[in-house]
Amino acid sequence: MPEGSQKSILRFEHVTVAFDGEPALTDLSFEAFEGESRVILGAAGSGKTVLLKTALGLVKPESGRVFAFGKDLTAMRERDLFEIRSKMGMLFQESALFDSLNIEENVAYPLLNQKSIRCPLAQVLPRVAQALEFVELGGTLEKFPSELSGGMRRRAAIARAVVTDPPLVLYDSPTAGLDPITAYTIMALLIKERDVSHTTTLVVTHRYQDGNLIANFRYNSEKGELEPARNGARSGGRTIFMVLNQGRLVFEGDQSRLEASRDAYISKFVKRRE
Amino acid sequence: MLDLLKEPVLAIQDFISLAAKAFRNILRTPHYWDDIYLQMDTIGVGSLSIAAITGFFAGAVMALQMSRALAQYGSVGKTGTLVSITLARELGPVLTALMVAGRNSSGIASELGSMKVTEQIDAMRALGTDPVQKLVTPRLIATAVMLPMLTVIADFVGMCGGYIIAEFFLGLSAKQYWTSVWQALDWSDVWQGGVFKPLVFACTISLVGCFYGLRTTGGTQGVGRATTQAVVATTVAIFIFDLLITKIFVSQTG
Repeated sequence: MPEGSQKSILRFEHVTVAFDGEPALTDLSFEAFEGESRVILGAAGSGKTVLLKTALGLVKPESGRVFAFGKDLTAMRERDLFEIRSKMGMLFQESALFDSLNIEENVAYPLLNQKSIRCPLAQVLPRVAQALEFVELGGTLEKFPSELSGGMRRRAAIARAVVTDPPLVLYDSPTAGLDPITAYTIMALLIKERDVSHTTTLVVTHRYQDGNLIANFRYNSEKGELEPARNGARSGGRTIFMVLNQGRLVFEGDQSRLEASRDAYISKFVKRRE
Repeated sequence: MLDLLKEPVLAIQDFISLAAKAFRNILRTPHYWDDIYLQMDTIGVGSLSIAAITGFFAGAVMALQMSRALAQYGSVGKTGTLVSITLARELGPVLTALMVAGRNSSGIASELGSMKVTEQIDAMRALGTDPVQKLVTPRLIATAVMLPMLTVIADFVGMCGGYIIAEFFLGLSAKQYWTSVWQALDWSDVWQGGVFKPLVFACTISLVGCFYGLRTTGGTQGVGRATTQAVVATTVAIFIFDLLITKIFVSQTG
């Protein structure tokens, strides 16, 4: 259990979500604390994306309650949710950059449209440039999403997700469909954002190596690269693994417990370390 | 039986809910003026040529057909009267609406459908924007402003088409044709065919297009399906509303 002083960022209480009578999440409960990283594993259709969308208030549960930053999202109207969502960044599975806007406008979008951010107009362009530099896409401001490669679009979407410095960032399959080198670059950016901005991070993935990187590596800002965290411990946070099976949470715990599991379904997602 | 009715009833409920939100947002901030102007350009200016061409040929064909019928009574000189009444009350608003529906209801459904299946609508909500305010209301306003203008232009071009037939094929003078055109029209025609019908059709075109776009599921195949459904539903709705509005105006004018 986390220390008592740690602040709860996201809490699911017996959440059930269904579409057309088909359950997507069933009686799901967990709590994520400040600075924590959560890696959510599961087969396709196990409810991973639905979990993130429910956390954002994009999907309303049939039953149960979702608390983000201490506020009950399930009791809120859509307009009131905008305030809470400004504290969350989300990387969507297919990047979800707006086709009709160039990269600068895409990254500036949350700064200009989220009322609670209140970013002065003069600061918008510098912050956009800074966010794009962060993801090493400094020269793409005028380009449209269709002109970028899959990996570059994913990086631009990360810039859009973190440009407002949200304390909670949700990543939906950040490495899906990318080659191993680009996938590593994306994961390095994700860990860099987590360690530089000290964000609470939820990552949905089907690749165990992504979870392994999150749990055992940290960003060295002096060298500008990832390095192994000593004894698997990072300063300021811990990594919890969750495994979903047909909408149910079948595992929640640290990496050692995950790797020790003999459950056939859970073992499918684990490549044990040497 | 009840299960069969459940889906259409739910769809109607969702449509009414979307329409109510879109109308309510006209009075609520923020207003996305750039999007409204862009949609006015796409829907209005972009449809100008197709509306004018349709109007021209409708007017010309009406002049030819009516002159044959009127010739039986020795009243070919009344061709302008029939062309102007038919265009102003029926063909102008209905044909323009059908053209704009084919061009823009499908365009709206496919654009919003593509955004839906690529999670751009979810991203919009996640980034602090109400998709109805940002996407539906600007299209509703733009169509409601531009369709009456397009209808008036189509009516006028149609009357010009009728004039060309009257002058060169029926042997009517310009003064004779245009006098009968002008005298045939009264304010109820302008109100019915130039304002009321186009406004109702505009709401139908934009809201049905947005409705099918926003409920798209199933990838690119779903986008194609939504586009087709939007055009079919809009076309049928235009004919139904046309009959209802015409009945109301006919009853009122005796």
